[in-house]
Amino acid sequence: MRTDGVRGDGVKENGVRGMVPGGPEAGADGLGGGAGVPLGIEGVSVEVAGRRIVEDVRLAVDGGTLVGLVGPNGSGKSTLLRCVYRALRPASGVVRIGGDDAHALPAREAARRLAALPQESASEFDFTVAEVVGMGRLPHRERTAAGDREICAGAMARTGVAHLADRGFLGLSGGEKQRVLIARALAQRPRVLVLDEPTNHLDVAHQLDVLSLVRDSGLTVLAALHDLNLAAAYCDVLYVLDGGRVVASGAPHDVLRPELLAEVFGVRAHPVRHPGTGAVQLLFDRLPRSTDTRTTSRHPAAFPRPHSPSRP
Amino acid sequence: MRQSPTDSHSTTGSPSPHHHDGPSRPRGGSGPGSRPRRLPLPPLVLGLALVLAGSVVCGVGLGAAGIAWADVVRFLWAGGTGGSVRAADVAAYTIVWEIRLPRVVLGAVVGAGLAAVGVAVQAMVRNALADPFVLGISSGAAVGANAVILLGAFAGLGVWALSVSAFGSALLAMALVYGVARSGTGLTPLRLVLTGTALAYGFEAVTTVMVFGAARGEAARAAMMWLLGSLGGATWAQVPIAAATVVAGWIWLRARAEALNALAMGDETSAALGVRPERLRRELFVVTAAVTGTVVAVSGAVGFVGLMVPHVVRMVVGADHRRVLAVAPLVGAVLLVWADVLSRLLLAPAELPVGVITAVVGVPVFLLLMRRGGYAFGGR
Repeated sequence: MRTDGVRGDGVKENGVRGMVPGGPEAGADGLGGGAGVPLGIEGVSVEVAGRRIVEDVRLAVDGGTLVGLVGPNGSGKSTLLRCVYRALRPASGVVRIGGDDAHALPAREAARRLAALPQESASEFDFTVAEVVGMGRLPHRERTAAGDREICAGAMARTGVAHLADRGFLGLSGGEKQRVLIARALAQRPRVLVLDEPTNHLDVAHQLDVLSLVRDSGLTVLAALHDLNLAAAYCDVLYVLDGGRVVASGAPHDVLRPELLAEVFGVRAHPVRHPGTGAVQLLFDRLPRSTDTRTTSRHPAAFPRPHSPSRP
Repeated sequence: MRQSPTDSHSTTGSPSPHHHDGPSRPRGGSGPGSRPRRLPLPPLVLGLALVLAGSVVCGVGLGAAGIAWADVVRFLWAGGTGGSVRAADVAAYTIVWEIRLPRVVLGAVVGAGLAAVGVAVQAMVRNALADPFVLGISSGAAVGANAVILLGAFAGLGVWALSVSAFGSALLAMALVYGVARSGTGLTPLRLVLTGTALAYGFEAVTTVMVFGAARGEAARAAMMWLLGSLGGATWAQVPIAAATVVAGWIWLRARAEALNALAMGDETSAALGVRPERLRRELFVVTAAVTGTVVAVSGAVGFVGLMVPHVVRMVVGADHRRVLAVAPLVGAVLLVWADVLSRLLLAPAELPVGVITAVVGVPVFLLLMRRGGYAFGGR
């Protein structure tokens, strides 16, 4: 990947190519790191303030695969992910991490199995990078300071932020911040990683960089993504969410069909194949001038919006 | 000072579109972008503990009645070890042991409590302006205290009337703020701050009506003294309860320092790290309110310590609550001991409210430190 070439020397040695699933770093300390376990979302519905945002979602992520969650704004991606990393409780349904009900586990135990990068970055407290990464050790009991340091150093080396350890987190660039947060998630030694729009506000090199990092982590990854081409390039499986429901799922080239994109996103797209990788990529038509906006070009009749307060 | 000028543009959080240099530019760990190595914690805590011990001795030695330093040390030794003093020294001994020492010790306890609670409240509501009084607890306590000072309520409780009434109304205020701020999603930071602030205005209105309605000028003055904070009423009887509450609160908070770090990063991050944010905030509310209520009951509403000390400490030791909570109470204790000394000496034999001193001394020091470090809530 191109990002390998642009990185500085200190990073290259520990670059993403060194992160082979099950490689020497994975689980070497016996502290629970290692290959990902399956993540299952079984008929999950989520309500926020009495409104049903997510409706009976069924989704499966095989161990060690990267699954993308795509859908228009407001389709319930973030809400579903919040429910997976336990910031919200499901109104019904079960989230299973390797077979166990995530919401029945003690909070710390769940956090030892599943790490998340939420969208929020509102903190005004200026922790150092080392302190932020060190928070990943919080869910682990019976830890030693030396062991924590070693695991955090390993996580920072894997994401190429070791040289930033004493810097303030708030002073970092967007790409550096995401790498630090991924290091925190890795320091958590989870089996499953949940990412909410991890490439937001990043330039293209950093977008590729972040997704390469998580794909090569060997963990089971569920990521909400806005960029359909990034999703197509990196994900093994895509789920399309619209109005809180899964409307399509499967391999990217099966899911990203022009009809579906017209119905769900209200855009005209032409799938092409990447000349190098063969992955499906999309070319988008410009929208017509203002007389026919995105909302009118959608087909509301084809996809009744369950956003309305009606409940099943 | 801590950051090279070239990095300052990215402190707003969202990277500028032309910021391509993140992973491509290697930065040395000791380069201009990294902050200086922080002071190791154990020597810092030990040093501050020694400073506090010295401050207590100075606080006892300094006062309107001139007592020789050698005598002060001798009386403290005699009092501490159960020794005896000569009959001629009894008056001086009484001043040192029964009047000054409880006052100085109580000042240290109050300062430590306010600083610790300030740290916790700022993390709890993620707001740089938060202090122990933002939750409306102290304004509630003021209603009870002034009911005693101005209206002579609870006269049957004798010398305990003021503390008991202040603490009781602090608890009532706490229950009220909690009940109103609570919602379906738990205690959110914004609702807590808004509810606390709004109810504080209400409590202050009640207090103001009582002060204006007071017939006696001296009582209004006493009320004013209480509102600005004073350790003038300190007795040994108050020390054990206040000290036990503050120490217990400090230990509780220190044990949750890492959870506070997670909470400071945001509710969703803490949930993902295995810390349940609603529950932690609920517990924090009860603990900080109990400590605040106790402290305010014995000293009145000493301002500025709980706001300023956490920020000053973060400038020195960083934002990690394990370090901040180890250092801040000691700094708060030292600050309040000296503020109380000044409040006794500046207009001796008259006394100023100690809250005036913390503001007069604290504001310039705080502003100076803030300008020097370009500080923003633990950051730059």
